[in-house]
Amino acid sequence: MIALEVLRTGGPALLEDLGRPGLAHLGVTRSGAADRSAHTLANRLLANPDDLATVEITLGGFTARVRGGAVDIAVTGAESAAAVDGVPFGANAVQRVRAGQVIALGTPVRGLRSYLGVRGGFAADPVLGSRSFDTLSGLGPRPLRTGDVVPVGDPGPGFPQTDQAPVGPIPAGAVELRVIPGPRDEWMVDADALVRTRWAVSDRSDRVGVRLTGEPLARRWPARELPSEGALRGAIQVPPGGQPVILGPDHPVTGGYPVVGVVVDADTDLLAQLRPGQQVRLRWIRPRIAAGTPAGW
Amino acid sequence: MTPSIRDYGDRALLVECGSTDEVLALAGAVREAGLPDVAEVVPGARTVLVTLTGAERQAPARVLLAGLLAGPDVRPGPAAEPAVAAVTIDVVYDGPDLPDLAARLQMSVGELVAAHTGTAWRVGFCGFSPGFAYLVGGDVRLSAVPRRAEPRPRVPTGSVALAGEFSGVYPRESPGGWQLIGRTDRVMWDVRRSQPALLAPGDRVRFRAAT
Repeated sequence: MIALEVLRTGGPALLEDLGRPGLAHLGVTRSGAADRSAHTLANRLLANPDDLATVEITLGGFTARVRGGAVDIAVTGAESAAAVDGVPFGANAVQRVRAGQVIALGTPVRGLRSYLGVRGGFAADPVLGSRSFDTLSGLGPRPLRTGDVVPVGDPGPGFPQTDQAPVGPIPAGAVELRVIPGPRDEWMVDADALVRTRWAVSDRSDRVGVRLTGEPLARRWPARELPSEGALRGAIQVPPGGQPVILGPDHPVTGGYPVVGVVVDADTDLLAQLRPGQQVRLRWIRPRIAAGTPAGW
Repeated sequence: MTPSIRDYGDRALLVECGSTDEVLALAGAVREAGLPDVAEVVPGARTVLVTLTGAERQAPARVLLAGLLAGPDVRPGPAAEPAVAAVTIDVVYDGPDLPDLAARLQMSVGELVAAHTGTAWRVGFCGFSPGFAYLVGGDVRLSAVPRRAEPRPRVPTGSVALAGEFSGVYPRESPGGWQLIGRTDRVMWDVRRSQPALLAPGDRVRFRAAT
């Protein structure tokens, strides 16, 4: 059996794939890789189907030894000076590693999450159709620990075609996210304050949500509760304290906090790479409909 | 009145409904219609969130959904005979909030228990955590229960609770702000079962006082 033996995890090291969609009606959130494009790129470089499991590594530090045979790997997402037996290899590229060699990630200078893919994927037992670990519900294969031996699945018929993919750098400074207003922007005294404020990412952010710190958003009806409604990754919830939370992959399926706006789908992977302290600006990309106007199309 | 449709980001649409009955009828109708762009249908207390397969599908899906809402199939019909029997959940009614809540609702503890067990409840929607079903349609005296001022950091697994118009059973230990009136051994969520969730939207539930 070919496997990776975990020597060190560094930050959290979780198995993730594209999650378990379609179970929201049972209260099960989709979960899955926080940066889907980085996860998918790792798999494509390795000629894997998109939904094979990778290891999602937060703030680097992950170290593992290959056992049982040679593997092809790729590391995508936050650049972390990955090396084999101390020799650095290129990010977003296929790298062959022989049995006995040690793969080690350093600490990324920019970005937060790196994805270690292997040809054949990581072969943990799926739970409800997915190998993703949901940090809120605990569903899925548990987080990796030192000493774990993680089997590698059988590679498919394809062979890696592309040696390396050109990927733009993850921004280190202020980041702008595009937001569609609503559906509950009228619950704020001044919803436009969301896009005027310079927010900073809180270090209490996690896979459930990116918490923003800044001038609190005042709610129009402090005592009123919103009937629980479905929520999605990228939705910007405003709890009573007024500090917005941008929902991540492990968000609860429903919530009672008003959503002032939703980050566009194309910008949600960037949420996975924001570091504590990083500055965030939000920008409406559609006009807000003023309170009192019928909201239907 | 046609329920209104709002954009929920660029990859979903939120439909507002007047009642949980409307939510159930609408969620069912959207699923039955099998619209090609729909990835997921998530009922809430007064809304249905329709998630789409991609951002580029939002505009056409809005048109299709509006057409569906204007049609006859989404009105809640007269309560149909349920196809499946109600699930019975045995409860020991000794919750820490039971006496205070009864006093607050101007009932005796016995009357509150009888109100909880006397009427069948219905699953309006699931959320909050896997297997957590929001039950509606119980005794009208239990339809406006205030939440606790301070949520508990840990509510035991199997706690039977009330808040707002809802009743629910906590499938596992978690923080919670609902009023705890009892506990059950019934397993609400087990990922190893072929049907991991005991309750799904539309199911009926009867609570029974365990002796």
